[in-house]
Amino acid sequence: MKVYGIDLASRLLLGTAQYPSPAILADAVRESGAEVVTVSLRRESGRERAGQDFWRLISELGVRVLPNTAGCHTVKEAVATAQMAREVFGTSWIKLEVIGDHETLQPDVFGLVEAAGVLARDGFEVFPYTTDDLGVGERLLEVGCKVLMPWGAPIGSARGLANPYALRSYRARFKDTPLIVDAGMGLPSHAAQAMELGYDGVLLNTAVAKAGDPVNMARAFRHGIEAGRAAFLADPMEQRDMASPSTPVFGMAFRT
Amino acid sequence: MNIVVNGQSRDIAAGRLDQALDELGYGDAVVATAVNGDFVRVIERADRTLAEGDKLEVLAPMQGG
Repeated sequence: MKVYGIDLASRLLLGTAQYPSPAILADAVRESGAEVVTVSLRRESGRERAGQDFWRLISELGVRVLPNTAGCHTVKEAVATAQMAREVFGTSWIKLEVIGDHETLQPDVFGLVEAAGVLARDGFEVFPYTTDDLGVGERLLEVGCKVLMPWGAPIGSARGLANPYALRSYRARFKDTPLIVDAGMGLPSHAAQAMELGYDGVLLNTAVAKAGDPVNMARAFRHGIEAGRAAFLADPMEQRDMASPSTPVFGMAFRT
Repeated sequence: MNIVVNGQSRDIAAGRLDQALDELGYGDAVVATAVNGDFVRVIERADRTLAEGDKLEVLAPMQGG
């Protein structure tokens, strides 16, 4: 997969939040094979400095970071957060989230397009967390995005692909754009399904972090994504409504 | 002077952002700053004066999805 000129061998992008411990996070990242992990910015206390230990841990993993603007509800918040992330993390990559609904964490697509344009003009390489709306996808490309990240299902819901039909249409419309399904995964089979549809990658967090055994679930997602990609490349057969015998009928005994 | 640091009221003596960060204990920590919602780059901190009631955000790397 190539995003913003960078070749990535792994098609799994892994979040770093909600793990039982820093050690389990580190082991899960290694086991997942992910080359990109998502990170965030939060208020830092001058006394506790919790963020400094986390940043040391991530730096030691030797992976590329994709900072997010999670929790931002306005264009101004998202743009300022992205600017701060670029300075702290030393990357122009930004996973752009402009949240529009508190319950579903559905993107505010109007604010998303506006913020994406502001950031792209400022030299950012934007990974927009968006819906599966084709028109919004077109607008995001027009303002400078080179990658699109439609949601599979609401963040943290573990529901898998809520609308495979829409995601299939999305893939068909944006043939030449790297597409990453972002959010809503619960099982490796969900990620495999996204890859079987021809998606270039999957971004997930909670499904691994909140599993009973995050490290083994990270490995399972790695294999699921690899299997789905291999299946897509192998050109799956068409579905049929009726049965078709797989064992040849020719030469059957007891037939006249 | 009273300012709001990460949502909490704080009394500080420093009049500039770089001095305020030292006084508040950030020292050499990897942080990004914004004053009244606007990003202030590291190289601009020494030139950024603070005024009574300013809202300072000091952010650091954190886990994210």
